[in-house]
Amino acid sequence: MSEISFWSNLSLQIRFILLQNRQGKTRLAKYYVPLEESEKHKVEYEVHRLVVNRDSKFTNFVEFRTHKVIYRRYAGLFFSLCVDITDNELAYLECIHLFVEILDHFFSNVCELDLVFNFHKVYLILDEFILAGELQETSKRAIIERMSELEKLE
Amino acid sequence: MSGMRGLSVFISDIRNCQNKEAERLRVDKELGNIRTCFKNDKGLTPYKKKKYVWKMLYIHMLGYDVDFGHMEAVSLISAPKYPEKQVGYIVTSCLLNENHDFLRLAINAVRNDIIGRNETYQCLALTLVGNIGGREFAESLAPDVQKLLISSSCRPLVRKKAALCLLRLFRKNPDVVNADGWCVLNTLLFQFIDVPFIFSSSYAYRADRMAQLLDERDLGVLTSSMSLLVSLVSNDYEGYSSCLPKCVKILERLARNQDVPQEYTYYGIPSPWLQVKTMRALQYFPTIEDPSTRRSLFEVLQRILMGTDVVKNVNKNNASHAVLFEALSLVMHLNAEKEMMSQCVALLGKFISVREPNIRYLGLENMTRMLMITDAQDIIKKHQPQIITSLKDPDISIRRRALDLLYGMCDVSNAKGIVEELLQYLSTAEFSMREELSLKAAILAEKFAPDLSWYVDVILQLIDNAGDFVSDDIWFRVVQFVTNNEDLQPYAASKVREYMDKIAIHETMVKVSAYILGEYGHLLARRPGCSARELFGILHEKLPTVSSPTIPLLLSTYAKLLMHAQPPDIELQKQIWNVFKKYESSIDVEIQQRAVEYFELSKKGAALMDVLAEMPKFPERQSSLIKKVEDVEDTADQSAIKLRAQQLPSNALVLADPQPVNGTPPPLKVPSISGIKLDHESASQTQSQPNGDLSKVQSQIPSADLLGEMVDPLAIEAPPVDMGSHQRVYREEDGIPDEVDGTAIVPIGDQANKVEPIGNITERFNALCLKDSGVLYEDPYIQIGVKAEWRGHHGRLVLFLGNKVTSPLTSVQALILPPAHLKLELSLVPDTIPPRAQVQCPLEVMNIRPSRDVAVLDFSYKFGTSMVVSAKLRLPAVLNKFLQPLQLTSEEFFPQWRSLSGPPLKLQEVVRGVRPLSLSEMENLFNSFRVTICPGLDPNPNNLVASTTFYSENTRPMLCLARIETDPADRTQLRLTVASGDSTLTFELKEFIKEQLIAIPMGSRALVPAVPVPAAPLAQPPSPAVDANDPGAMLAGLL
Repeated sequence: MSEISFWSNLSLQIRFILLQNRQGKTRLAKYYVPLEESEKHKVEYEVHRLVVNRDSKFTNFVEFRTHKVIYRRYAGLFFSLCVDITDNELAYLECIHLFVEILDHFFSNVCELDLVFNFHKVYLILDEFILAGELQETSKRAIIERMSELEKLE
Repeated sequence: MSGMRGLSVFISDIRNCQNKEAERLRVDKELGNIRTCFKNDKGLTPYKKKKYVWKMLYIHMLGYDVDFGHMEAVSLISAPKYPEKQVGYIVTSCLLNENHDFLRLAINAVRNDIIGRNETYQCLALTLVGNIGGREFAESLAPDVQKLLISSSCRPLVRKKAALCLLRLFRKNPDVVNADGWCVLNTLLFQFIDVPFIFSSSYAYRADRMAQLLDERDLGVLTSSMSLLVSLVSNDYEGYSSCLPKCVKILERLARNQDVPQEYTYYGIPSPWLQVKTMRALQYFPTIEDPSTRRSLFEVLQRILMGTDVVKNVNKNNASHAVLFEALSLVMHLNAEKEMMSQCVALLGKFISVREPNIRYLGLENMTRMLMITDAQDIIKKHQPQIITSLKDPDISIRRRALDLLYGMCDVSNAKGIVEELLQYLSTAEFSMREELSLKAAILAEKFAPDLSWYVDVILQLIDNAGDFVSDDIWFRVVQFVTNNEDLQPYAASKVREYMDKIAIHETMVKVSAYILGEYGHLLARRPGCSARELFGILHEKLPTVSSPTIPLLLSTYAKLLMHAQPPDIELQKQIWNVFKKYESSIDVEIQQRAVEYFELSKKGAALMDVLAEMPKFPERQSSLIKKVEDVEDTADQSAIKLRAQQLPSNALVLADPQPVNGTPPPLKVPSISGIKLDHESASQTQSQPNGDLSKVQSQIPSADLLGEMVDPLAIEAPPVDMGSHQRVYREEDGIPDEVDGTAIVPIGDQANKVEPIGNITERFNALCLKDSGVLYEDPYIQIGVKAEWRGHHGRLVLFLGNKVTSPLTSVQALILPPAHLKLELSLVPDTIPPRAQVQCPLEVMNIRPSRDVAVLDFSYKFGTSMVVSAKLRLPAVLNKFLQPLQLTSEEFFPQWRSLSGPPLKLQEVVRGVRPLSLSEMENLFNSFRVTICPGLDPNPNNLVASTTFYSENTRPMLCLARIETDPADRTQLRLTVASGDSTLTFELKEFIKEQLIAIPMGSRALVPAVPVPAAPLAQPPSPAVDANDPGAMLAGLL
């Protein structure tokens, strides 16, 4: 029950972002609501099962518990965002695409392996893109420039 | 991070693990290593620490529990150098959440970074707090964060993070930005802040600050600030009216594409996200008073409504429609002029008929919202045929939206059409939707019934089609209506009498029929087939199929039938008295009491008439169903957003009513017969299942999980395993869509081509059900073999994946679709199978409860560059694998057999259409699925008795007994009796044996259905005294 209240008292924001491959391996998981570890595993398993068998001609939206998952498939990778049911679905759908474009730009022709071996960079990029479950920056250039600033510091 | 070779090596190692076990070993080794290093903290260089912490995050992402090292991650936050600090911040915000105690330790370090002068550190700290900051962070950091937000010396980079960080803190504790808490916070204010921002003493001042933020030119900061505004006004819009004109200005600027830098346009559209956010903020204000602001806004909205065209580029199309749908919402919220509203309705009408699924989905969703706000009903009604088409869409997301819309648009004028569509759909709908569908159909039928006889028809159809999903509320309600409306009584009685002629009817139908026939059956007395005796006969036939709570209801009906029989019917009296006599000793107190009382009462003649007089009319009361729905609506606030929120009837309805039906769906079935659609099969299984079993099954599913079960993708999406189209072969579409500038990852394309399996998959599966090793699947490229070991309720299956060709098979993927009663864990399947190599993948199986459902392996691989082969294969982890052979002597067998008396623990059925087998062949068949024949126990040489033990987590080892009586004159039929200490097990085992006896070839089951003949011990004359030394006579007496 406590979980349900966690999910409902926050208005309009991304609850979590998942990047999974067809087999259900998590390549990136970012939670903006506090969930216990066991609950996270459950969520990842459920979301994977929810999206993996959907036909490519179906909508990119699926109901998930009392929320909605907006997902998009790129090759063997599923990008899923969990949002409030009243939120703007298409805006989030394109938010996923913008994220993919940023990754693609950063890794120049991104593939799953890039994301596996550079998972730490992916987290960094995500932190420049989304914060507190809200879109922070929509300029691809701003994010790419910021990433190169950060790389110089290392 | 370029130098972190150790991390890359570790990731490679993990990737090279052949299976899950190897991976676990590698992970355990690494965790042990890290633990040791952390323990001997001395000499651990910051670089090493950093590397280990990254590894921990990677291991965590793989799904392993990392229960140590949090301290080390947190401690890196205070590291002096950027690279370590960065790792500390990122890993902490992934591994910990706001409720972790460790996080408190970091508050001071984080605060130091926020108030320090290093911009990079500020960013790291703001990001952490924004992502996982809790209440304590809110209380101690809010003023510092605000300071950064409004500081003129900070770069936009820091300020946008500060805006969202503050938003997080506000969500955690609204008081930090709320005037109500000002007195408390004022002291804080003087401590930490010199420029008061949002913590001001007056609304105006606070809002001014917010309004100033909206003057921001940098669109990154503006986007973040807009999110903050949305959050503030969603909590309380008052005091922020000065932000209204600013929002409209921003919208104008974006819509006209004035002063929008190229980098903030997305496929030519000026930041669609900021446009959406801004319009969302405006929806929290109840109205816009100022005429000129209102005019400007409507001009912008008009432009969006009219100027959005469908374009070929998917991303551009989505982005412009994201803006369009938000504009639609805003127009609806503002309740614009009629003309604009009808424009919106026209647009939505267009959307709900397009092919593009996302747009159609949103069209349906928004049309439902439209219903609640305007009187657009009549225009929307014109689209009814389109909406009904969407109710049959293959995508469940669309079907749900169509259902919501149909439900919302239903009124007296169209109720008949809509409810009939829902009923029709009900028989093919998946389980996850049936419950909601039946509830909605029942509510609509009651609310908008043009006449009551139609209402009765609908509810009876509903019970007939989906009895498991019809709550007691629904049948109580129909009884109430019938009782209170005299005109309806003969009609209802004749209707239920018609249903009673059906062979298999749902228990709820038995209940409602028994009640109505008891009360009003006599009104039909002159019709053929409706004499009291005939009614009794037909009702009494159902008694053996019902669960014990229904029996008292039947006894009452018998008493009423007896009373109404005019002239008195001595033969009927005798029969009914026999029934009462029989139940006088029932162990169920309720049944016993009624049997005794009715028996005594019915001897009293005229007095019976008074006691059993017709039920009085029910007091008029509101439908409990409708009341439930209305209660939900009443409690909600009336703002547009709230209205939208409660509109989600698909969830809200179910949530508002924790126990809406008497029958939780039985465990979801994975199809086990070829060519039969999932829903049909499950439905028929459910129908034929004795209800006692159902209640058993229900109690095993925690109701809290109901929703979880309902969205279970297995239930929704598992495609019927159709042997004809068993193979699905994909070829990824050539070429790259233009929307992605050269990206290597592109949306998946369509399917084509075909790889034929070698041999018959069904036969292979059937063979494996009876033996433990063999080939499960084979095609020109791959062979999948299975070897299994079973012990108690555990099993271990090894899948042997053999590459038959000289090039590698790549992208190998295996996904198990488990039925509800099995726990399955498949070890890691390697991505690639080298040429001519064989890999082994162990699969652990645990049986939780008896069920005949079958686990499915969703297997696919890639051959060459574009050929993708995929197959859905049933796994031979079937019921009989959890049986242990057991041979009993007659001393062991008979006491058990005797103690299990009658349904639901002992079930009997005459099975027809059996494969003709000689007795010895049949013995072999039974032994092959581990039900052991006990020779010589039954003196009749044409009969067999058998025993076995069943293992599952829920039932513990459970003895099962069976008897087969064959007819030497007709080997295609036999009588089968199965008994065990668990009703579900008895039923499942009986069905399983039946399948084995008649199943091969698979198709025959559908063609020659076994006719269930309920055991009717009551109608039989009392058995003669049994000679205790004659087992045959004992059996005869007991059976």
